[in-house]
Amino acid sequence: MYDFAYQKPATLAAAVAALGAEDAKAMSGGMTLIPVLKQRLNKPSVVVDLSGLGLSGITVTDSAVVIGAMTTHITVANSGEVKRAIPALAALAGLIGDKEVRHRGTIGGSLANNDPAADYPAAVLALGATITTSKRSIAADDYFQGMFTTVLEADEVITSVSFPIPAKAAYVKFKNPASRYAMVGVFVAKGPSGVRVAITGAGQGGVFRHAGFEAALAANWSADALRGVATSADDLNSDIHASAEYRAHLCGVIAQRAVKAAG
Amino acid sequence: MNAPFEGIGASVRRKEDLRFISGRGNYTDDINRPGQTHMVIKRSDRPHARIISIDASAALAAPGVVAVYTGDDFANIGGLPCGWQIHNKDGSPMVEPKHPVIAHGKVRHVGDPIAVVIAETKQQAKNAAELLVIDLEDLPSIATTTDALKPGAPIVHDEAAGNLCYDWHLGDADAVAAAFATAHKVVTLDLENNRLIPNAMEPRVALGDYDRHTGDYTLFTTSQNPHVIRLLMGAFVLGLPEHKLRVVAPDVGGGFGSKIYHYAEEAIVTWAAGKLGRPVKWTAERSESFMSDAHGRDHVSTAQMAVDKDGKFLALKVHTLANMGAYLSTFAPAVPTYLYATLLAGTYTTPVIYVEVKAVFTNTVPVDAYRGAGRPEATFLLERLVDAIALDMGMDRVEIRRKNFIPRDAFPYQTPVALQYDSGDYFATLDAALKSADYAGFPARKAAAAAQGKLRGIGVSTYLEACGIAPSKVVGSLGARAGLYEVANVRVHPTGSISVFTGTHSHGQGHETTFAQLVSDQLGVPLSQVDIVHGDTGKIPFGMGTYGSRSLAVGGSAMVKAMDKIIAKGKKIAAHLMEASPEDIEFKNGVFSVAGTDKQKTLGEIALTAYVPHNYPIETLEPGLDETAFYDPANFTFPGGCHICEVEIDPETGVVAIVNFNAVDDVGRVVNPMIVEGQVQGGVAQGIGQALLENAAYDASGQLLSGSFMDYTMLRADDLTNITVGTENTMCTHNPLGSKGCGEVGAIGSPPAVINAVCDALNIRHMNMPATAEKVWSIINGRAAG
Ligand SMILES: Cc1cc2nc3c(=O)[nH]c(=O)nc-3n(C[C@H](O)[C@H](O)[C@H](O)COP(=O)(O)OP(=O)(O)OC[C@H]3O[C@@H](n4cnc5c(N)ncnc54)[C@H](O)[C@@H]3O)c2cc1C
Repeated sequence: MYDFAYQKPATLAAAVAALGAEDAKAMSGGMTLIPVLKQRLNKPSVVVDLSGLGLSGITVTDSAVVIGAMTTHITVANSGEVKRAIPALAALAGLIGDKEVRHRGTIGGSLANNDPAADYPAAVLALGATITTSKRSIAADDYFQGMFTTVLEADEVITSVSFPIPAKAAYVKFKNPASRYAMVGVFVAKGPSGVRVAITGAGQGGVFRHAGFEAALAANWSADALRGVATSADDLNSDIHASAEYRAHLCGVIAQRAVKAAG
Repeated sequence: MNAPFEGIGASVRRKEDLRFISGRGNYTDDINRPGQTHMVIKRSDRPHARIISIDASAALAAPGVVAVYTGDDFANIGGLPCGWQIHNKDGSPMVEPKHPVIAHGKVRHVGDPIAVVIAETKQQAKNAAELLVIDLEDLPSIATTTDALKPGAPIVHDEAAGNLCYDWHLGDADAVAAAFATAHKVVTLDLENNRLIPNAMEPRVALGDYDRHTGDYTLFTTSQNPHVIRLLMGAFVLGLPEHKLRVVAPDVGGGFGSKIYHYAEEAIVTWAAGKLGRPVKWTAERSESFMSDAHGRDHVSTAQMAVDKDGKFLALKVHTLANMGAYLSTFAPAVPTYLYATLLAGTYTTPVIYVEVKAVFTNTVPVDAYRGAGRPEATFLLERLVDAIALDMGMDRVEIRRKNFIPRDAFPYQTPVALQYDSGDYFATLDAALKSADYAGFPARKAAAAAQGKLRGIGVSTYLEACGIAPSKVVGSLGARAGLYEVANVRVHPTGSISVFTGTHSHGQGHETTFAQLVSDQLGVPLSQVDIVHGDTGKIPFGMGTYGSRSLAVGGSAMVKAMDKIIAKGKKIAAHLMEASPEDIEFKNGVFSVAGTDKQKTLGEIALTAYVPHNYPIETLEPGLDETAFYDPANFTFPGGCHICEVEIDPETGVVAIVNFNAVDDVGRVVNPMIVEGQVQGGVAQGIGQALLENAAYDASGQLLSGSFMDYTMLRADDLTNITVGTENTMCTHNPLGSKGCGEVGAIGSPPAVINAVCDALNIRHMNMPATAEKVWSIINGRAAG
């Protein structure tokens, strides 16, 4: 790590102000940020710890589950309210990393980071969630801008995420055997904004919606409806773990399993 | 009150575990010396390049920097020595290029050290390392084993023409050719043994210390054999005499072979400590481990077996290319030769065998012995070949093995590849494993799986290995530059507690328990009264360390011999005290007694007399009760057994799940069944890791693609099922314990069992490891050859 200053502001306004400094960096769980710092891949002037802002907590209304940005994965995974309202979301949180990571990592950190193989982006995109920040509300469809890239500005802090409650939803994750991130993770949902299918881990540009699957499922919500619906390998990742062709194939298989799981 | 039995055969809990699991282990990184400095290594990120210049001026001027050293500083110091010399077919010695402590002139693999920065803090050393200005000129590079010998391939060392290290052979080429000419059939199989990265839980650490008053050096290091490191580094690299150099390997968190070798960092910190008059510490980061710990395996082979019409093996011919990496690590040349080719008879009566091995240099991390070392490669080749023969001949895979097994009554059995097996019963281990795995019930399980859309397969491996390394005379004639006996010093203290000083080293094996059980058994003292001392050349006599499943068979035998001496001396003292003749003294359960009387003295009483010799036969007997014995075995030991793996494959994704794993091994006398079970399970887990998941992936130029746990798939608990371990033991006939060794059997026997099962499930003849989901899926879908 390079040397850096550390601040733990008590208010959102103070955090935003602190993040206005050049090369300032927010920190939530630190599960991504700290390894990056240790490898000296990032040289922040100041690390702004968001844990003093009171941003954690879960609220469930009739139509939405609202999760504070600092809420840890383990909290979401174990939440009875989330399990009742959107069981797929709680299950997804329980699949992230290992126990230690789930106890530190947060939903805000995960979404700000937008790792192309992370799990939460699939839920956010498929459920048509809204991301609330210190500045504005952002629709899921506008938020993700390619791998490790979002519309967030440097001094913008995610404060919460609101997930509309779907009629049906499920997330199935085919893990990369080494990292245990998603090699292909498919979130299917039938909700207020129709049928949405989001895929993480597979695309070169990070999480994406699968128009072919969505159309097929909108016409006929069943695993069988997805048979024969092609996924182009063109924009998919290819690495030592899986070729683009294999990932394209897995998109279909995993999507079918997700639809089955959603019932 | 009856004391619990703690001797040979008792599954007592491991004495060392409380310390380990409660954070009280004393690992090398836990050791800090006053005035310590910290070293950071600047490593090559290029596979092959000429070092044009290194400008260290900015680094030297950075805050806290004490020194910067480069290859120039070590140019007149010995290179890292290789401990084994192999000879070519024509009798000439292998090519042995210098392995500079710090790269000099050229870098030859990603991870090769270019410079070191020593500073007051690690942070300062890292900061300064970024200020080094290094000008490298890329050279053409080569990483792939099969490309190394091709004409026009980039050359790793000027002195090794065509990248050939040696071209060696063993066996009778003419006899094999004759058998091939007339055989009913010759079955051929091409196979690869994938390169692995050991990944011990504890990364390597080296801390050099220098005493300005005495001129003594101390190296604290993560080593499996501190005396060997002292010898290699002292005599061959730094020119330090033994009495001025102490090497301490305290608690070590796993080695699997990777901590046998003498590494550059050990020499650098020791040398620099003397130069600076201050301790110098280096702790590997995990990414450094990936590119600087010796890798394992990496063979490409063709195997051919001539068979008669009944499936009897007539002759075996093997051709192997072995990747040495960029330099020769300490044991490297021995692995694909004497630890490999000699094993190719396996459990079978194949009468003639011919093996050719070409070792090649590439721009990759040096390869050396990794759990099993040569024997897993031989076993994978042979046990895969046997399945291919069965398939080609339309024979049953189990029956063809039985048909070719060395019969029970054929021991001692001389193989055509130099080894003489002392004992074994391959029928017994096979039968027990078939029963334990419910082999007979497999067809029903396969049908049930098929009904669920799953492909089930079962695979059998009936392996043999040679361990308990090793008879010094034999290894000496094979090119080892060291003897491989072991030593034990048993010191009975005045009140009867005991310290045993052993030349072997425990880095997870549980020696502190197993060896204490030997003492408890033979001297009749409770375990709590026995301490096993290892890992410090300042304390222990000159021994050879732990690898090759040798500690119990060789080191334990030395202990038995030393304890025999203790008892013999104790009898003389007891005879004096009880006014009897030494021949009439019996020793049992820690008590010396006069036969046929109720006169007796405890071991403690005898020890006290030995150290307070007021009433003592001082004219004829030296005081003290402290004996040392060296043990050089007459032969290797030959564990063997049968591993049966059952897999279930999801045809939609290609994912292979291990659903059953049964191992029945012959490890000779078992001292602690719980520890044996754990050793076998750990070895099997590593074997399954190799078979399904692990792969050190390089691109063609020598960039390491799997350089972190994000990309190198280490097996995790949830990749496994329960591993059922049984034993069917025959005794080793030539050591006093009858023990053979259990440290490596798991990693040796299991990989072919897994791949045989996968091939069975897929109904294919062969696939190379690792059987990753994508590879399996490609085979199922006809996108790749099986
Ligand atoms: C071993 C391991 C395994 C993992 N496995 C998985 C996995 O399987 N699936 C998965 O999805 N993830 C996985 N992760 C990632 C992990 O779950 C976290 O979600 C992720 O590291 C980010 O969350 P965090 O709270 O730790 O963020 P931090 O590391 O603190 O921050 C990450 C980035 O987001 C920024 N940031 C943080 N919070 C905010 C905010 N509120 N507003 C704006 N910017 C912010 C930071 O500045 C930083 O750039 C794994 C991580 C590890 C270490």
